Amino acid sequence: MAIESLQRDGFLTTRLDEVINWARKNSLWPMPMGISCCAIEMMATASPRFDISRFGSEVMRFTPRQCDVMIVAGTVTYKMSQVVRKIYDQMPDPKWVISMGACASSGGMFRSYAVVQGIDQFIPVDVFVAGCPPRPEALLQGLMALQRKIEKDRTIGSLVNREQVWIPESPAAGKAGQPA
Amino acid sequence: MTNSDLIEKLKARFGETILAAEEFRGDLTITVKKEEIVGVAEFVKTEPDLAYDLIIDALGVDMYRPEGRFEVVYVVYSLSHKRYLRLKVRVGEEDPVVPTVTGVWPGANWHERETFDMFGVRFAGHPDLRRLYMPEEFEFHPLRKDFPLMGIPDSLPLPRR
Repeated sequence: MAIESLQRDGFLTTRLDEVINWARKNSLWPMPMGISCCAIEMMATASPRFDISRFGSEVMRFTPRQCDVMIVAGTVTYKMSQVVRKIYDQMPDPKWVISMGACASSGGMFRSYAVVQGIDQFIPVDVFVAGCPPRPEALLQGLMALQRKIEKDRTIGSLVNREQVWIPESPAAGKAGQPA
Repeated sequence: MTNSDLIEKLKARFGETILAAEEFRGDLTITVKKEEIVGVAEFVKTEPDLAYDLIIDALGVDMYRPEGRFEVVYVVYSLSHKRYLRLKVRVGEEDPVVPTVTGVWPGANWHERETFDMFGVRFAGHPDLRRLYMPEEFEFHPLRKDFPLMGIPDSLPLPRR
């Protein structure tokens, strides 16, 4: 149907959420939080053999202000947790977190006083990737899991439907009320 | 200079200060009174036929015993004679203070900071005795034998969720 109208009229109709999520999930710019050996596998994931750019995530940026997804690749100590959180806080919304490997997810083999036993104690994690270290394929699978998660996100589209966004000059303005 | 010559020389110079000297497979360990460690260090560094001019490591040991609970071990090396020497002092729990050897070997600076961080042994006269590994506001010394493996709950702050 949509394709026919595109051919006939030059436009198609779809849900705003679909378009926004489609755009978001296919250009996830990672913040490479490479803290230990998992970072080597993360670098391999960016190499031509595994080629993370097939998923639109090849643009690793070393400033959090240009990133969408933080890949925490390595052992997070209590001392480092403050830094990880600060960098996470500097990323603009919407943002996601991949916890890569056993150390970041659970402390891994470092069952000790110095290591945080799972980064979900201080940042919200979207995808946990198992392995010590995970192979690049596993990280890519985690990335694809995150993409499927983003597909289901409710963005501004559904907020407009539920009249939670105040849009001036729109017919719905009268009954939508002020922004929260 | 053989190990026994070195022991003779130190005993002739320092006498009662040298508490023990033991040799294990050619490696010599000299136990010194902790008050005199700087003098002995100065001597083994400046004496031309000893010339232990490089500090390899300074570390703590928790023997977990009533008398002289901690030991501080200095591993030094002579670049000209290609020989190692271990100097050792015993430190009681009630007064865990050792004079610093940073005046003799500046390289001991971070090693002594590490020993302070992990064991709580303080080094009198150290120019910058801050913790090396743990956060500065941390109150405990993790490599002590009575410190639990998983740490003290809530002693290390996490960021807000």
